[in-house]
Amino acid sequence: MLGEGLLKGLAETARNFAGSFVSKERLTTVQYPEQRIAPIEATRDFPFLVYDGDDWQAGMRCVACQICEKECPPKCIYIVKSTDKKPDYVGKPQFYPARFDIDISVCMSCQICVEVCPFEAIKMDTEFELSTTDRFGGLLFDREQLAKSNEYYHRIHPTEAEAVDAVLAGAKAKAEAKTTTAAIASAVRGAEIPAHPAGDGD
Amino acid sequence: MTLGAFIQEKNKPEGWNRPPAMKPDGDGELLEVAMGPHHPSTHGVFRMDVSLDGERVIRLKPVFGYLHRNHEKLAEGMSYLGSMPFTDRLDYICSLTNNWAYALAVEELTGQAVPERAEYLRVILGELTRIVNHASSIGFLIQEMGASGTPLMYAFKARENVLDLFEALTGARMMCNYMRFGGCRVDASPAWLEDTRKVVAGLPQFVDEFERLLTGNEILMARCQGIGILKPELAVNAGVTGPMLRASGVNYDIRKVDGYGIYNRFPFRVPLGEHWDVYDRFMIRLLEIRESIKILEQALKEIPTGTVMDSKAKIRGFRPKPGEAYGRIEAPKGELGFYLISDGGPNPYRYRVRPPSLINLTILEDMSLGQNVADVVLIFGSVDIVLGEVDR
Repeated sequence: MLGEGLLKGLAETARNFAGSFVSKERLTTVQYPEQRIAPIEATRDFPFLVYDGDDWQAGMRCVACQICEKECPPKCIYIVKSTDKKPDYVGKPQFYPARFDIDISVCMSCQICVEVCPFEAIKMDTEFELSTTDRFGGLLFDREQLAKSNEYYHRIHPTEAEAVDAVLAGAKAKAEAKTTTAAIASAVRGAEIPAHPAGDGD
Repeated sequence: MTLGAFIQEKNKPEGWNRPPAMKPDGDGELLEVAMGPHHPSTHGVFRMDVSLDGERVIRLKPVFGYLHRNHEKLAEGMSYLGSMPFTDRLDYICSLTNNWAYALAVEELTGQAVPERAEYLRVILGELTRIVNHASSIGFLIQEMGASGTPLMYAFKARENVLDLFEALTGARMMCNYMRFGGCRVDASPAWLEDTRKVVAGLPQFVDEFERLLTGNEILMARCQGIGILKPELAVNAGVTGPMLRASGVNYDIRKVDGYGIYNRFPFRVPLGEHWDVYDRFMIRLLEIRESIKILEQALKEIPTGTVMDSKAKIRGFRPKPGEAYGRIEAPKGELGFYLISDGGPNPYRYRVRPPSLINLTILEDMSLGQNVADVVLIFGSVDIVLGEVDR
């Protein structure tokens, strides 16, 4: 019969229309700023710098090795290495970034910086409501704007942050054990404590 | 029909590879219309310069390049890893299959092995991508027919569930950047696999609903059947691949022919068209969704435990031996290939993409000549292109 397929299709839309009043499953849209869907844990948008403790400058994990700057595909990271050193989480003196800028308007959220970072210092944020009317400086984030605490990291990516903490704790324990054995050995031999080799960077 | 039947002969007459010249019927002048580059039906910035005799198309000249981003040259100045997120942006509906093809090419260059679990994850993600692409491409096709909204929204409802899975695993809905040379970036949790099983279990219901909505529709049949016929000889000679080629009745699916990854473990059928028209291309996509669901069910049942990344694999700072490699897959739109030449440095010496969208687009004029201008939009929609891949 001519028109049978049409009627069948209309019945389908009618079923969906009527169903949206009774079944939550058929009502798929949310009214965005008032209603929000639950965030997905693995979601990512722009990078931020993790620091331990309360002071973002003292606790900054970044050692300005500049691997992320080199690997960033759209080249949106700009780092200036410091001239002096500060102790990192194991107490070893390390450089820190005197400047660390990310141009959020250029960043494409690929998270390659996160993957290549050997110090677990840069991670992906989930903050997406970043629109601004300032078209020049508003989306160029400096290190103070980028620094976020480890607690914040735990809040947005709990599982991932647990794993990172475990890795760092392991590295710290290893470093401490090494220092103690080295100290004992040097005390026995009366030699100086050998300096640590430089970081894992290029 | 097999591929061998259409091997080109020598001594073809002059102009055999050009579409037949059309002559206007009446005495009037031809009307030249530039459709695009911002025509709503052109899937992006694409222009068709059509010459019309009344409603009939006499000439059609595709104009593209508006979205050229210098992808291939950029990749030559960047490490192998650095190009991976840019491949997401080629065909932005199917970012995971783009990742896969590029990873295959680099793996062939470096000779890295891929762990079993990663292969299964790749198949699962690749087939989910195919479902997303085919569903939305059907939605867009029907939208171009004038049914704005309804079928596309049905397709997007199913797509949304799959994109949520992508986000939960890779962190991004569309620009996934997930596959790596020698495996995948992160492992899938048991909870994710369980969610995927749930979504896949709901997919047949979606396809049934979609079919009830569309396949028997008289208006759709009247508009699609007998329109935009692409002969198998021409399709093979023009290098057309993917659902377009199979809708022309040629049995050529790289998943079967090449058996890349672990596709030879999954039994699935390759649907073929009989009438070579727009309606066949629409039906082929629906049938392929059903076959993909079968592959998915099996892959989700068999997926082994283990690592997803080869322990010897390096993601940065590696220098492949001088040589060349070509990695190709059956992407949802056709054969997607990456051709790489290494000179022993950390960057590729030459990087070339074989995009299915561009090559499938080359026969647009042949299919459109003599058709009504309103049908050209439909024929164009049935090719299923993404301008990000055409222009690169």
